[in-house]
Parts: sequence; C-alpha cells; structure tokens
Amino acid sequence: MPSPTTDRRAKQDAAADAPVVSFISVRFSYGPRLVLDDLQLAVNAGESVALVGRSGIGKTTLLKLINRLLVPQSGSVVVEGRDTREWDPIALRRRTGYVLQEIGLFPHLTIEENVALVPRLEGWPEERKRARAHELLELVGLPAAQFAARWPRELSGGQRQRVGVARALAVDPPILLMDEPFGALDAITRQELRSEFQRIRATLRQTIIFVTHDMDEAFALGDRVGTLEGGRLSFASCGS
Amino acid sequence: MRLLTFWMAHRAELASMVERHLFLVLWSTLVATAIGLPAGVIAAHRPRVGRPLLAAANIAQTIPSLALLGFLLPLPFIGGIGPRIAIVALILYALLPIVRSTAAGLKSIDPAVIDAGVAMGMTPRQLLWLVELPLALPSIVAGIRIATIVGIGTATIAAAIGAGGLGEYIFRGLSMVDSTVILAGAIPAAVLALVADGILTWLEKRLSPGRKRLSRAAPITAAAAALLLALASAGVGSATRDTIVIGSKNFTEQVVLGELLAQALERHGVRVTRRLNLGGSFICDRAIRSGDIDAYVEYTGTALAAILKQPIVKEPDAAFNAVRDAYGRAGLSVLAPLGFNNTFAIVVRRADADALGLKTIEDLRRVDAQWRPGFGYEFAERTDGYAGLASAYGLRFTAPPRVMDLDLVYRALATRQVDVIAGDATSGLIKALDLAMLQDNREYFPPYYAVPIVRSAVLLAHPEVREALAQLAGRISETDMRAMNAAVDVDHRDVAATVREFLSRGR
Repeated sequence: MPSPTTDRRAKQDAAADAPVVSFISVRFSYGPRLVLDDLQLAVNAGESVALVGRSGIGKTTLLKLINRLLVPQSGSVVVEGRDTREWDPIALRRRTGYVLQEIGLFPHLTIEENVALVPRLEGWPEERKRARAHELLELVGLPAAQFAARWPRELSGGQRQRVGVARALAVDPPILLMDEPFGALDAITRQELRSEFQRIRATLRQTIIFVTHDMDEAFALGDRVGTLEGGRLSFASCGS
Repeated sequence: MRLLTFWMAHRAELASMVERHLFLVLWSTLVATAIGLPAGVIAAHRPRVGRPLLAAANIAQTIPSLALLGFLLPLPFIGGIGPRIAIVALILYALLPIVRSTAAGLKSIDPAVIDAGVAMGMTPRQLLWLVELPLALPSIVAGIRIATIVGIGTATIAAAIGAGGLGEYIFRGLSMVDSTVILAGAIPAAVLALVADGILTWLEKRLSPGRKRLSRAAPITAAAAALLLALASAGVGSATRDTIVIGSKNFTEQVVLGELLAQALERHGVRVTRRLNLGGSFICDRAIRSGDIDAYVEYTGTALAAILKQPIVKEPDAAFNAVRDAYGRAGLSVLAPLGFNNTFAIVVRRADADALGLKTIEDLRRVDAQWRPGFGYEFAERTDGYAGLASAYGLRFTAPPRVMDLDLVYRALATRQVDVIAGDATSGLIKALDLAMLQDNREYFPPYYAVPIVRSAVLLAHPEVREALAQLAGRISETDMRAMNAAVDVDHRDVAATVREFLSRGR
C-alpha cells in the first residue's frame, strides 16, 4: 500500500506527463503463442479508449497487463508514471476499477456489500461505505431502496452488469478497465446501458480503457478506437 | 419393553455413556477440523502438496478401526488404553472427509469470482477469508457432518480399549449374547448420528451463498457451543486419579470378576473407577503395566503362557510362584488365588457325547476326521492353545478351526455350526446349553487359578486395598463362579446385582 505522499506524487506525475497508461514495446505470450508483440499505446488522462478485435486476439490480456494481473515478458507497462513491476499490485489494483467480462459478483454478498467491497478493503467506516454504495447504485440506475439488500442471483443479467460497474467505481479509481461490459445483453438493455455509460462518464471523467467486439459501441463510446491484430494496435481516429 | 426397562434401570450409566460418547466425537471432530481445514486449503491451492496429503488421509481411512487402535496402543504419548488413543484414532478417520470437502469446496468456486477478488485488489489472505472460505463453507460443513457421523459410529469401537461410550453396552451385549444390551448402546448411538446429521444438514443449507443469512455470529456461536460442550464433557472424561481403576477382559466371567473387585473395594470405602470389557489379556496387561488400570484378575496359566511367555508349569503352587516372581519384578503384585480354576474346557454337545461315548479329549481321535472345531481368538494363538492340544493328543481335524469371539463359541456349538470347542470350565453356558466337558486325561492344560493382579505402588499407598482384596482369597469356588456366569449369561441378570448378591451372602 502506498503512503499518502507517494500516492500524491503519483497523481502529480500523471498530471504532468500526460499519459496515464502507456505500453512501451510490450511483448506477451502464453507459452509459444505470441499475443502482444512490440505493442505501443498511450492513454491520456480522462480519455476513453475502445479496443476491438477478434476474440482470443489479446484484448483481455492487454487489460490485465494494466492492473498487473499479468506482467509483460519484455517492454514495460507504465501506469501513472511507474512501471507496473514497481507498483505494489494491491495498491495498483485498488486504483484501477475493473469490470470483468464474466462480471464475477460475489454470490455470498448482497448487492450493497458487493459494491462496497473495495471500500471495505480500504477500511472505510460503515456509514461512508453504505452512503457510497447507495450513491453508486442510484448512478447505475438500480434504486438502493429496492436493490441494496438483494442477492446477485435474484438479479437479471443486465442488472448484474450494472452492479459490476458500480463495484468498479466504488473508491472512485482514476483508471477504469472494462472487459466487454455490455456483452451478452439483449439489444434494448445494451442501448440503455450505453447511454447510462455516457452519462456516468460525463459525471466522473475517469480514464477508461474498454474492450468490445461491437464496432458501433466502440465508436459511440470511445474517444479513440484501437484495433488489435497480429499483436499490435492500430488506431482509426474519430470524433464522437 | 425390556429395552425400556433396561434404560430406566441404567439411566445414570446411560447418561454418562452418552456424555462420554459425545466427548470422544466432539473433541476428535474439533481437532480434525482444526487440522483438516488448513490442510484442505493447502491441498486446493498447491496440488503438488495436496495430492500426497489426500493420499495419506485416504490410507488412514482404510485401516480397520480395531487394527488402527492396535497400532496406536504401544506408541508413547498417544498410546495406552483410555480416551486419548480413541480420540487420536477418531481424528485420523475424521481428517479425510474434512480435507477432501474443504479442497473440493474451494476448487468448485466460479473462477470469475476469484478473478474479481484479485482484480479488486484483495490480498491472498483477504481473498481466502472474504471469498474462498465463505463460499466453500457449505461444502466444509458437509465434510464435518460426514466426519461427525462416521465418528459417532466408530467411537463405539473405542469401548474395546477402555475409552468408554455407548460401545460399552454393545460389547457387553455381545459378550452376554444379549440383544437388549446391544440395542441399549446401538440405538442411542444411531439417534446421536441422526441428530448430528439433522443439525449439520440444516447448518449446511443455511450457509449456502445468497440465502437469508444467519447472523454473522451464528457459526461462531455454534463452534463455541461445541467447544464448551467438549470442555464440559472433558471434565467428566478425565477421571480424578485418586480412585482405584479396575479393569477386566471382555468376556462375562472377567466382567463379573472386575465388578467383584470393584464392589469389594467399595465396601471398604475405596473409590473405584471401572474400566471393564477391555479386549483380551494383552490389552489388560499393557494397561496395568502402563498404570492405566490398577488391578484386574488374571489366570495363572494364561499369565505364564500368554503374557510372560514362560514354559508351562503344571503344578499349581509352582505355577503361582513363578507368576508372582515374574510380576513382582515388573512392580506388580499377585494376590492370593480367588479359589476356582478356570481351565480350558474341551466341550461337545451332550447328545453327541452320549451317542458316541465321548468322555475324554483322547476320544476325539475317533471323530476328528469329520468334526469341525471352533475357538476364541486367543486359544488359536497361544502356546497352551490349539497347536499344543492337537499335538499332545494327536488330533488331526480335517476342517480348519473357526475362530470367533470367545462368548460366541458356545452358541456356535449348540447350533451345530461347529462340533467341538475350547471354552471355559466355569462357563454357565455349558449346563444351560446342554453341553458336555471332555476330561483332559493327558493333563495337557496347566492350572488356571484366578488371581488378582495389583500395581504394587497402589498396595503401598492404599493399605485398605490390600485388606479388602485379601478377604476375597479362596472365597469363590468353581460352583460359585459357574453360578454367577450362568446368572448373567443364561438368566440375563445384571452383573452388579449378581455380584452384590454374592458378596452379601457372607461366608
């Protein structure tokens, strides 16, 4: 866990040298299978980057390199001015909200407890945790009065996705990683969540890197859209 | 109906047996959980360590319970008769289901949930306590449930090594061939198992994720309650050591003699703990040498042949002196014989004896080609047992002997499952089942006078013990012993009452 001073310094660094996340000649392979090769990427503060590409091409791998669930074989991933290898992985992960493709809600915790999990790990007092969880549930369109005490298995797929997003936002992390956050949803829910997402972004201004296989979604939600192919990223710039 | 009467008459004893049974099972399950849960976590997280761990638990599980007790008996610290060794054995049995279900519970967690925990920035410890263990809890409780039920069943065997519990009724019933007494122990054990199953199944269901939750305190309260119960019963379990502990082997006459020593001491104001029905001669010998019991009744011939492994002495006084000297060197005192000689009796059905004119063991040579012998376990092995008998009389049975519990051989003979047995001359069943004893015309068997063996240290510290037991010298004739055995075995009389009557009759 970083001390308050290093924490502050990291923020200052990030503000000074624009890119919050940068990949410098990153190479990553699962055994003999090369996934990322000499990959370059720089994401600026407050930017939203969409990653597209065939499934199995390495999009999730790229996300996992950012919060040090994986470490590159060569090259480096720099987050807030520091190589991920030098970050305490726990501190890094608490600064990077992560929405998993499979959502992965904790089945033994209520919706409120799921959302308040990282605040709990951070040792927030009970009142603050509760207030934050309720605030976030409202933000993702799940009224706390109705949903806070329910269990994950009592929710629909779309509702669970929203809880997953709320959970990732709990301690207001400066970086948000989302792995197909709207995958496996019907078209209407998808549309609904997308506009929800744009509203949330407008409110919070986080740096967001998200994976999707839907081009429309990528162009609608990303400031930039990166296509992953052959281990490298190429960008087609666009104004949304 | 007989069962209810039995329970009513023995309700204090029954309560203490149930308590002792719970003590054995609770302690062993608690300790097994304390060891098995971390072992299961290791097994799930590190398969390379886990596989041998599970294999070891598996092997422990396959050892038959009596054999396991036999292995543990001579070990230092955990060995010796009494509850300690039984708890160790029960722990070994409880480990496998707990380790296995803990590991299985952890492995069955949705990997996405684990990924989410890691990505949220949980430390490995937080992941274990906040995610993995709560999600594996129903499976862990299922393992504990199985361990508890197996433990309740297996704990009945513990009576064989003097650990007490409901198995005492079962063994006593087996040795008296009295199904009421067997049921008196078996039914409460079954009820305990059902109750434990019910409680733990309920807990298991309540703990499954996403169910309306028990208050956070509930599992802790349950664990604390179990621990308290175990501690409370531990108070009962550890017999205060200023009492004299009387042991006995596991057949009717021995139980009667153990009770006899106990009551004689109690009449002199000595406090007594009974550890009757302790398996065979070997276990009683171990127990008295290790100080687990203070006194039991042995037979001179058995002591020489089976325990001291000395040459057989036929002359009674010489045999007694040899036994007394050998025990004396081990710090054990052999008191004056009680009176009767319980020699091995070669017994056949009276009808056969009359029809074929069998009077002596030698006469068996006429029928040995067709007849099947049956013995207790000890007779099959001892130097004064079957092999010696066969060579002394030149007997050649074509059918191999059937070996069974000593108390069962009489019934096996009466129901024609075997044709000739080695029993006790003082058994009440010989007359009751219309059997006939053959004369040992070649004087193969040495004398087997019953003698109390007492730890010398106890005699020095408690002169009243010597005084009380001295009054039993020469007091019990063969007729007396046979009558008491018959009262218990044939008339299903209570052992304590039978002995009380005998002692009250006066000289």
